[in-house]
Amino acid sequence: MAPTTTTEKVRQTVAAPEKFPVSLFVNGAEQNLMVAPWTTLLDALRDHLDLTGTKKGCDHGQCGACTVLVDGRRINSCLTLAIMKDGAKVTTIEGLATDGVLHPLQQAFIDHDAFQCGYCTSGQICSAAGLIAEGKAKTADEIRELMSGNICRCGAYPNIVAAIQQAMDQ
Amino acid sequence: MINFQYTRATDIPDAIRQIAADPAAKFIAGGTNLIDLMKDDVERPSRLIDISRLPLKTIEETPGGGVLIGALVPNSDLAYHPLIEQRYPLLSNSILSGASQQLRNMASTGGNLLQRTRCSYFYDTVTPCNKREPGSGCSAINGINRGHAILGTSEACIATHPSDMCVVLAALEAKVHVAGPAGSRVIPFADFHRLPGDTPHLDTNLHKHEIVTGVELPKKGFETNYSYLKIRDRLSYAFALTSVAAALELDGDTIKDARLAVGGVAHKPWRDTAAEAGLIGQRVQQAAFIDASNLLLREAKGYSHNAFKVGLAHRAIVRTLSQAARATPQSQSVKTIR
Repeated sequence: MAPTTTTEKVRQTVAAPEKFPVSLFVNGAEQNLMVAPWTTLLDALRDHLDLTGTKKGCDHGQCGACTVLVDGRRINSCLTLAIMKDGAKVTTIEGLATDGVLHPLQQAFIDHDAFQCGYCTSGQICSAAGLIAEGKAKTADEIRELMSGNICRCGAYPNIVAAIQQAMDQ
Repeated sequence: MINFQYTRATDIPDAIRQIAADPAAKFIAGGTNLIDLMKDDVERPSRLIDISRLPLKTIEETPGGGVLIGALVPNSDLAYHPLIEQRYPLLSNSILSGASQQLRNMASTGGNLLQRTRCSYFYDTVTPCNKREPGSGCSAINGINRGHAILGTSEACIATHPSDMCVVLAALEAKVHVAGPAGSRVIPFADFHRLPGDTPHLDTNLHKHEIVTGVELPKKGFETNYSYLKIRDRLSYAFALTSVAAALELDGDTIKDARLAVGGVAHKPWRDTAAEAGLIGQRVQQAAFIDASNLLLREAKGYSHNAFKVGLAHRAIVRTLSQAARATPQSQSVKTIR
């Protein structure tokens, strides 16, 4: 019988999304997920693993709020498909503290009051962790340049730079 | 973003087979531009063929004294590679002037060449755009065109190529290695990207189903007298209003060889060999740089919002050539222009 309603037509023509198994090592723990090909790493972290510390700001790689470390390198998780990172080690803001002790960057951000609304902060801190691991920034100018992928609309930049300098010196 | 299929390519022949079997498929490597375009429904591939695990991630010296860069080398790894920093610092500088470190960690060498324009009308699917939808018209030509091209434009398209890295690859006479159903070939950089003409939907001269496998740098890196100067609306993490790559080889104060390419002004990196030839044999002096700039910009034409770019490009060219001649390249972290 011919379909009579739009809903029935949609049911007949659009297949349910096929999902694929993906293994991620997130903050030291293996996580096995079933994701659609179009699920970004950001959405996998937030919606599948409830790791909501990583923020969705612009969702277009322009603001840096979604910055996480993948295999030790900082990237924009909003422009990364989870399925492409099968087998990767991912570190989010939730994975930086150890045994209840804040990461030096987390402590430095508190010491320097390096945020106002806090929405960009997890991305700023993950990005700064990547920056310190890269070892390319020595001066305040170099920190500013290499942190330029993280936007803070509250304008806490001077305090963010000071916090990163403190953590770099430790 | 529309739903799509996802497969991985096991090797280069497999990647070519897969793309030939599905004309609406796209390769994905870093994804920094493609995923963004897919989120805006500008790109609607049926399938993504993941090439990110192919073994194209090395940077090696060639027998001829040049360097072959694998297509999947991330932009950040390329910029910081000792061979590139020492022998091709102009290339390092251009890469570090573009995007953010997060994006450079993701974006591939081949993908940098193949990124699409950032023309806002190309991104806005409710406006006409000949690049996105051939024959629909150009919204920029009488629209907000402050960031658009001043050289090599056509009635169909005034978009710019957004890459910084490609400006230097043009200046250095790099070659693009590609593989396809008919075998492998090498494309001189000047012939890789296209001017818009009446086919602005075509950015490059790649044949159907071809894949970029690498970029080859010639031996000569101009490692002493070079500068990359990028002018933009904010000091970092913005596309160029205009950018200049200048490289000189000097014998005392006489110019023995010169390279000059400009970004942010055309549908492709704008290298002008006539302007370069005019510099050769000249003494290092402002007048020679002004002549070279006038020659390069001889056909420059501004539109309603970007006429300022002609003068901006002129001053940037003269300044960048003088920075190169003084061996005081523009810093990519301290933005004061000297």
